Amino acid sequence: MNPVLIAVIVLGAVALVCGLLLVMASHFMAVPVDEKFLALREVLPGANCGGCGYPGCDGYAKALADGREEKTNKCSAGGNEVAEKLAAACGKSFEEAEKRVAFVQCRGEIGLTEKKDEYQGTKSCQAARLLFGGDGACQYGCLGYGDCAAICPQGAISLIKGVARVNPERCIACGQCLGACPQRIIALIPFNAPVKVACSNKEKGAVARKKCSGACIGCSLCARNCPAEAIQVEGNLARVNYERCEGCGACQGACPQKCIL
Amino acid sequence: MSEVSKLLLITFSMIFTENYVLVQFLGICPFLGVSKEFDSCLGMSGAVIFVMTLASAVTWLVYTFLMVPLGLEYMSTIIFILVIAALVQFVEIVLKKFIRPLYESLGVYLPLITTNCAVLAVTLLNIEEHYNFIESVVDGLTAGIGFGLALILFCGVRKALERAKPPKPFEGLPITLVAAALTSMTFMGFVGIADRLFG
Repeated sequence: MNPVLIAVIVLGAVALVCGLLLVMASHFMAVPVDEKFLALREVLPGANCGGCGYPGCDGYAKALADGREEKTNKCSAGGNEVAEKLAAACGKSFEEAEKRVAFVQCRGEIGLTEKKDEYQGTKSCQAARLLFGGDGACQYGCLGYGDCAAICPQGAISLIKGVARVNPERCIACGQCLGACPQRIIALIPFNAPVKVACSNKEKGAVARKKCSGACIGCSLCARNCPAEAIQVEGNLARVNYERCEGCGACQGACPQKCIL
Repeated sequence: MSEVSKLLLITFSMIFTENYVLVQFLGICPFLGVSKEFDSCLGMSGAVIFVMTLASAVTWLVYTFLMVPLGLEYMSTIIFILVIAALVQFVEIVLKKFIRPLYESLGVYLPLITTNCAVLAVTLLNIEEHYNFIESVVDGLTAGIGFGLALILFCGVRKALERAKPPKPFEGLPITLVAAALTSMTFMGFVGIADRLFG
């Protein structure tokens, strides 16, 4: 018999046996998969960012399918669109997803503030902070070594003039940068927040101003000018209560330091 | 040479002197791809050990009882690829059904190494060296362990690299390859030891 023919036949036979084996295996040993889980998982964006509080989209879909999780609006990456589909798939009424965005509460750009010493170690905020609380004149401000930018799964954070800046179009509000920042100056705020305080300094006004000419000096002018009483000054630092804020912008005009953006 | 000392020789040479990744430069793709995180290193190593051992056993049987009688020794590469690919798929299905935790820890990595060159090399070299069944299985197992060792060691090197600041043109993959070369040089030091120890 022709050796080529033998080779072809044997290879074909081996392939056939393997194929049959796999078909039988997948038929007899099929693991039933929850239909609801698959449907929910299909809806989720697959960013696996953890913004919902579960380990990845699989985790959230599983929790929803099992009935452990009630809320269908937890996916910050997907926003309203996904929340609507999830609610439909679970047979629940649609709740609007609160679209949020990360915001770095510091505007200590080069020029407004200075470095108090020269740091030459590992380019990491975590490491820089271990050495006398960082190299910035203001010990509360952004260190500018980009730990947040490194962890951001969307590449939404970039360093501009030595301060981390979030691109709101890209941010999916997963909150990973909040934990990565050793200064804890990144916050999740509503996407459409009309005003935001770009400072985290808690020192007394004169001291803060000396270190950074863009610092909040805790003068309370914003709080006094706010018609909705949405701003409170605690520890020499103004903070906006977004549930009350009406977005009139009176605080921005009143702020002598122009640190309310 | 007694059987036991031959097995010891195989073990030692597969892990150190003939390490598939660092000495023979096979399976470089997963070596560079999965060595960033320690957890994925462990998962990948587990999958490689598992598949190499199984593939060695199965391909030895296929070769000895199917290909030799039919005079098809020259077809080993293509038939082995076929058999290994089918085997990995089959094992994946079985694991999914019966050993769920193992499936979940190896799951992602199994399809990745279906037709990996290191896995294929193990099975082909088993035949080339005229190993018997036991020797083939031990060879597969220890080659997998050697792969895992290289992967985990290199993971440590990469962690250190992350903190280093190489010149601009070397950033990223180039410096990783340089580091891999240096790691591989350390393994060159084992050459010659095995024969003296077990020969």
